[in-house]
Amino acid sequence: MSIAYGLLAVLTLLGAVWVVTLRNLFRAALSLGLVLLGVAGLFILLEAEFLAFVQILVYVGAILTLVVFAIMLTAKLHASSASPASRQTVPAAAAALGLFLVLVSTTNALTWPDYPAAEAVSLAALGQELVKTLVLPFEVISLVFVAAMVGAIAIAANPPMKPPPS
Amino acid sequence: MPVQSLLLLSHALFCLGIYGILTRRHAIGLLLSIELILNAAALNFVLFSRAFGHVQAQAFALFIIALAACEAVVGLAIIIRLSRTAKTVFADHVDLLKG
Repeated sequence: MSIAYGLLAVLTLLGAVWVVTLRNLFRAALSLGLVLLGVAGLFILLEAEFLAFVQILVYVGAILTLVVFAIMLTAKLHASSASPASRQTVPAAAAALGLFLVLVSTTNALTWPDYPAAEAVSLAALGQELVKTLVLPFEVISLVFVAAMVGAIAIAANPPMKPPPS
Repeated sequence: MPVQSLLLLSHALFCLGIYGILTRRHAIGLLLSIELILNAAALNFVLFSRAFGHVQAQAFALFIIALAACEAVVGLAIIIRLSRTAKTVFADHVDLLKG
């Protein structure tokens, strides 16, 4: 069990480093897929199978496909211009490392319950929670989702959409 | 695996995302880094849901995934629009509103 955790953690970390350092954006997007799969594996090990499936379906299935499409559609713009050197590498690394150390020193002081202390959350409980206590956030998320889709189509439409004459 | 080591992993994911946002010039690269940060948050939620047996934490991880999808869709639409009108995909070339 511990070996599986370690392998998935190494996979996720390696993919995350590639996402932020690879110059070729297409390869960075594929490494993001690696990270997402690693996190989905960690979800399965944490006994959140439904979330793992949602993660693979939504992230790897939908978002990553969209990102790859967008990279392909804009490929001639970043292939022709000068190679995009990353900027301020050293200060950014220092800032990220500092933030990491602050986070680690904060959470290191805390004590956690022994790991499998509680029962795993069942899918039935999650579904009931979504339609009982959290029904308002659930509906708001649906509304936000529809608004985002309509907005994305309106933004990316060619020729640009015009408001109807009043 | 204890809670602490998975927390370390999510801290590392978050900080790598911050590093990516600070260094990437390509707008899609920025979006990829934001996905890393959101994933770190979702991982934290699921971890605490398992450690404390809490249902709502998993529900909020679900909401994070849904919001990440919205954010990616709108962001990519803006980038495609940008590539058509401004003929660039680099975030620091888009300075029309800069005073």
